[in-house]
Amino acid sequence: MALKGAIVVDREKCKGCGVCLVNCPTNTIALAKEVNSKGYNFAFMASPESCTGCTNCATVCPDTCITVYRVKV
Amino acid sequence: MAEKILMKGNEAIAHAAIRCGCDGYFGYPITPQSEIMETLMEEQPWETTGMVVLQAESETSSINMIYGGACCGKKVMTSSSSPGVSLMCEGLSYLAGAELPCLVVNVVRGGPGLGTIQPGQGDYFQAVKGGGHGDYKMVVLAPSSAQEMYDFVDLSFELAFKYRTPAMILADGVVGQMMETVELRPMKPRLTNEQIIEKYSSWATTGKTPGRKQNVVTSLALDSIIHEQLNNTLQAKYRKMEEDDVRFEEIMCDDAEHVIVAYGCMARICESTVEMARKEGIKLGLLRPITLFPFPTNEINRLVPQLKTMMSVELSAGQMVEDVRLAVNGRIPVNFFGRLGGIVPSPDEVFEAFKKAINK
Amino acid sequence: MDVNDIIKPENMVYSKTPVLTSTTMHYCPGCSHGTVHKLIAEVIDEMGIQEKTIGVSPVGCAVFAYNYVDIDWQQAAHGRAPAVATATKRLHPEKYVFTYQGDGDLASIGTAEIMHACNRGENIVVIFINNAIYGMTGGQMAPTTLLGMKTATTPYGRTKELHGSPLRITELLAQLEGTCYVTRQSVHNAASARKTKRAIRKAFENSALGKGTSFVEVVSTCNSGWKLSPVKANEWMVENMFPKYPVGDIKDL
Repeated sequence: MALKGAIVVDREKCKGCGVCLVNCPTNTIALAKEVNSKGYNFAFMASPESCTGCTNCATVCPDTCITVYRVKV
Repeated sequence: MAEKILMKGNEAIAHAAIRCGCDGYFGYPITPQSEIMETLMEEQPWETTGMVVLQAESETSSINMIYGGACCGKKVMTSSSSPGVSLMCEGLSYLAGAELPCLVVNVVRGGPGLGTIQPGQGDYFQAVKGGGHGDYKMVVLAPSSAQEMYDFVDLSFELAFKYRTPAMILADGVVGQMMETVELRPMKPRLTNEQIIEKYSSWATTGKTPGRKQNVVTSLALDSIIHEQLNNTLQAKYRKMEEDDVRFEEIMCDDAEHVIVAYGCMARICESTVEMARKEGIKLGLLRPITLFPFPTNEINRLVPQLKTMMSVELSAGQMVEDVRLAVNGRIPVNFFGRLGGIVPSPDEVFEAFKKAINK
Repeated sequence: MDVNDIIKPENMVYSKTPVLTSTTMHYCPGCSHGTVHKLIAEVIDEMGIQEKTIGVSPVGCAVFAYNYVDIDWQQAAHGRAPAVATATKRLHPEKYVFTYQGDGDLASIGTAEIMHACNRGENIVVIFINNAIYGMTGGQMAPTTLLGMKTATTPYGRTKELHGSPLRITELLAQLEGTCYVTRQSVHNAASARKTKRAIRKAFENSALGKGTSFVEVVSTCNSGWKLSPVKANEWMVENMFPKYPVGDIKDL
């Protein structure tokens, strides 16, 4: 049985610090090329297929802008 | 019949605190007021009324403990003497800025610096003009007897909560140390937590219950407009105090041609001076401000037309005299007599100084 | 499996706790404060003690902690939070009272207050953010600044001769009989953040048990003050801060 995950980033709250990226064990997250209204390159789920829903990104996010979902498949 | 006990002014403060429903005392020893905490520790009110008494590590900590207690809507107090109150000025500014009620007793000794442990009134400016940073005032009550030391504890709390502002009892070493009979007032119970929530839940940190917004006690407002509004609110309170809560006592002022203005222990001494003057046919009266802030400016205004001179008598180099002069505004001469170094002048000495001043 | 089939309420495994307000934090990107605020809010939520918790915020960047954690707060003068919390807890023994302080606040101007509150064994929780710098005032030297570290007031690096050595106040506080739990943690990766959360939870539980003062240091970053990117700041912290401030429990009674 495998775990399949997904994250939703609150683009407006994200400050693009990148701490979630380096904490993602599956390289799911990247910073967007475009910016939010504050001028930050927000984080997004660049490789949805690799997300396991481990919650590491959300746990280290200083701005609590990541919601994590997970299913068993 | 009410119970009367012989006690020191400082002890009266302690008994009054326990009996008026005070929730907490936090203090640090310093002469000449250590009897306040000593009496409280001896009485162990935590066993009876539940009042908390704690010796802090410094006056800085005491005043910040008061800040914490006051944030919770509790009736809290501290006491100290001049050098200790200087340390408390930071906290007093925060308390005033955060609109918190509390009582601080200053049993004044001679300054500046470590000064002397003898009585003084040199902290008048510090008490009535602010002391700490920023535009703030406190209610300042000046007792002149052990009974007033007792009664002003409850009165201070009443005014402090009425205006949500720190109140100070500005006593001096004489009033703190002398023994007099004091009539104990009936016991008032401490407010329960439920009563505090009912009365002060609009601002006190009583715990954020569902449905109520969080309460944040702070003096910080980085937005200039909001900060000016906060200051205007404070100033409006001070103007209201000046309208409604000026307290003073007058002795033989009705027909007076000269009036001495004195507070605390000096008012008692000057009372004898008035008697001496009257025996010599000099129409001298005494105005004793009980609230130093708000100051009895209007009463001085009212008296000026009938007077030839006024004189401020203080255990300082001349502090309250400035407020008297502001009130008189140049209409009549305002003289000053003061002693320093902890020397308390006799009624004769004041009388001689008075005569010398009016014959100048 | 399509992403939209995963993103459904019933599959949610992590979301913002309601004890954290939705206000966007004023902290710089990647600042450890935000992570620690979140962990505190989660502990308060999980313990169900929102109504019973009173926070004391410091002077410094975290002065605005009250904008983010939805409980009653008292904002203390610089360094005085342990004194403020002392009275609050003694007058409300049934409440959970914690201070949240930085290194300048706790280990410099407030040294007397923290020492004596810990020595009396006040049943409070102290969260100590150590990022070795004054953040809000613009990156000046803190008592915990490392030797050689450049700050606004040590432009050529801190020297022992001029400023003394970095103060390991947590080790000092562990010596006091009033402390029951003294630990040093970090939040730079998920495992350490989870450990920190467990430490905060234990500290709050100790407070209810009346065991004494619980002290949780969080070795943190100030990437703006350190002039590093958030990710680089975390790496620098592991490399340079951890040798001086090793993580782990120092005391656990």
